[in-house]
Amino acid sequence: MAARSRQQSGPPEEAEILIDLKDITKVFGSGEAEVRALRGIDLEIARGEFVAIMGPSGSGKSTAMNIIGCLDGPTAGTYLFGGVNVGDIGRNQRALLRRNFLGFVFQGYNLLARTSALDNVELPLIYQGMAVAARRRLALEALERVGLAGREHHDPSQLSGGQQQRVAIARAIVSRPDVVLADEPTGNLDSEKSRDIMDLLAALNRDEGMTIVMVTHEPDMAAYADRLIQFRDGRIESDGKTGEVA
Amino acid sequence: MIWETSKLAIQAIFRNALRSFLTVLGVVIGVAAVITMVTLGQGTTARVTSEVAQLGSNLLMILPGQSGGGPAAAGASAASFTLGDVNAVADQIPGVLTAAPYASRSMTIIFGAEHHTSAVIGTDNRYFIARDWPLATGRDFYESELQAGSAACIIGDTTRDIFFGAGDPVGETIRVGQISCRIIGVLVSRGSSSFGSDQDDTVIMPLRTFQRRIAGNADVNMIYVAVRDGFATAKVTRDVELLMRERRQISPGEDDNFNVFDMEQVASMLSTVTGVLTGLLAAVAGVSLLVGGIGIMNIMLVSVTERTKEIGIRLAIGALEGQVLMQFLVEAVVLSLFGGIIGIALGLGLAAFAGGFLDIPFVIDPIVIFGAFAFSAVIGVIFGYFPARRAARLNPIEALRHE
Repeated sequence: MAARSRQQSGPPEEAEILIDLKDITKVFGSGEAEVRALRGIDLEIARGEFVAIMGPSGSGKSTAMNIIGCLDGPTAGTYLFGGVNVGDIGRNQRALLRRNFLGFVFQGYNLLARTSALDNVELPLIYQGMAVAARRRLALEALERVGLAGREHHDPSQLSGGQQQRVAIARAIVSRPDVVLADEPTGNLDSEKSRDIMDLLAALNRDEGMTIVMVTHEPDMAAYADRLIQFRDGRIESDGKTGEVA
Repeated sequence: MIWETSKLAIQAIFRNALRSFLTVLGVVIGVAAVITMVTLGQGTTARVTSEVAQLGSNLLMILPGQSGGGPAAAGASAASFTLGDVNAVADQIPGVLTAAPYASRSMTIIFGAEHHTSAVIGTDNRYFIARDWPLATGRDFYESELQAGSAACIIGDTTRDIFFGAGDPVGETIRVGQISCRIIGVLVSRGSSSFGSDQDDTVIMPLRTFQRRIAGNADVNMIYVAVRDGFATAKVTRDVELLMRERRQISPGEDDNFNVFDMEQVASMLSTVTGVLTGLLAAVAGVSLLVGGIGIMNIMLVSVTERTKEIGIRLAIGALEGQVLMQFLVEAVVLSLFGGIIGIALGLGLAAFAGGFLDIPFVIDPIVIFGAFAFSAVIGVIFGYFPARRAARLNPIEALRHE
């Protein structure tokens, strides 16, 4: 598996730069309580890349993910998403950006409780205002893609952790986003289930050209990615092909 | 989107059915109280109005007494009327259908071993026309009986029931004070009036008989005036006042020593009184609606805290602030509308139940029901807005971290 990843050695030079962070800083609090979470990050991610982000806790990797995912804005610096400056846009514009161009997979699955798998997957399309028939079809397709055909009417409580994470992945890809952001997607799973989830993400990247940015602290999981970025103390410590980084 | 939002809201409500029910209990009780009060109040108004109409809504009553009630009125008690006054009103004023004399006294009636106190009335056949009060059996007075002051009488339905039960009273003789009186007819039942008296508990005899053998004078205590359909009672009232001033020789500038009551005025006055009382009771009940609204706000705030993570998920996958706001607002409105509907049903049920006991007709006013419905929606919006806004303004990152 790791060997396969290495064969796809990074993006071609002519690939479109989708995410472009320039000298991004993020400061929380002020005065005595000031915390400088990011101290000047420069990062380019091209369309079709599978990037893993690693780093000890407090290194700024989660903050960086939040900024990349437009859940939060930077204190200073420029963030171009698809060439458009999205660093200092408003709350609702960020929501629209997330709705139309980004998909999220979380460590804790974050599915709506007491809501069927199908309804969970349909949710982003509901907010897009899509008609019932169209979104039902897309949601069923997405569930089939993650291998959960036939389970669309199960509640999250009736599904295993791995299956719940598959529903979450289906929800992330159902709106065909430009980027899927996965924040420790295997953090709550045992190693076998983790490998299944990583295989699924790798397949989405390989077969459908989906850009994936993943935070993890497990080197085994990071090995599925093409590129590995290491954070430390709010800065990027290293950035390179998966095999080259120690 | 609104439909989707409403569906989500209804799902959320039924997911916590017990808590939702307890939440809306305040609104249920408030709406039920308002509906009960207003429905009972309107039933009372309807009853008063129909009783006055039964009395004759185009009926005037002329009573002796000072109209102004100023210092000059004190002491001097006004003189009664005479039969001549009655005939003058009946003959000289346009628009008068008929005028009837009325003299009465409460007396003990005896038949066999039974005795009972009834209102004994001296009048003539015009009384039955003025009051629009037909006979159930028997006949009215012959002219000869009226002229001679014969001991013939017509009894009300209650008097008939007390003395004769199921038997036929016509032809029987009852004792009224010192005189024996032959029953010639029975009036149909009118029921009790809202003024508390039973109109059917009565014995009616010719005016002359009453004056000579019971009262011992030639007084007429009151004159009933029936106004023809199509004539304004106000105009007839003015004419009656002018005529009576003339007949009673009241000089210009002097106050009337009689009063003309228009039953329509009395009816509208009574309606106003019951209306004000209804409004007051409804206002008191409305306070409980306010308390109910605060209950909804409280639960919605708890709900927002409890569902912080859900809100975080929705925001993360692209819900706009307005969409989250709408979701919680719709939830509050749907919740309070549920309360409103249950409250309306409960209130109508209570009003029907209590109305049965209190002998008040059950009147459903669609405006009140629609008002209660709309008011509960407004309660939902007002008390749901603050919690909904709090939910919509959550920071998605912090909301997602919330457990």
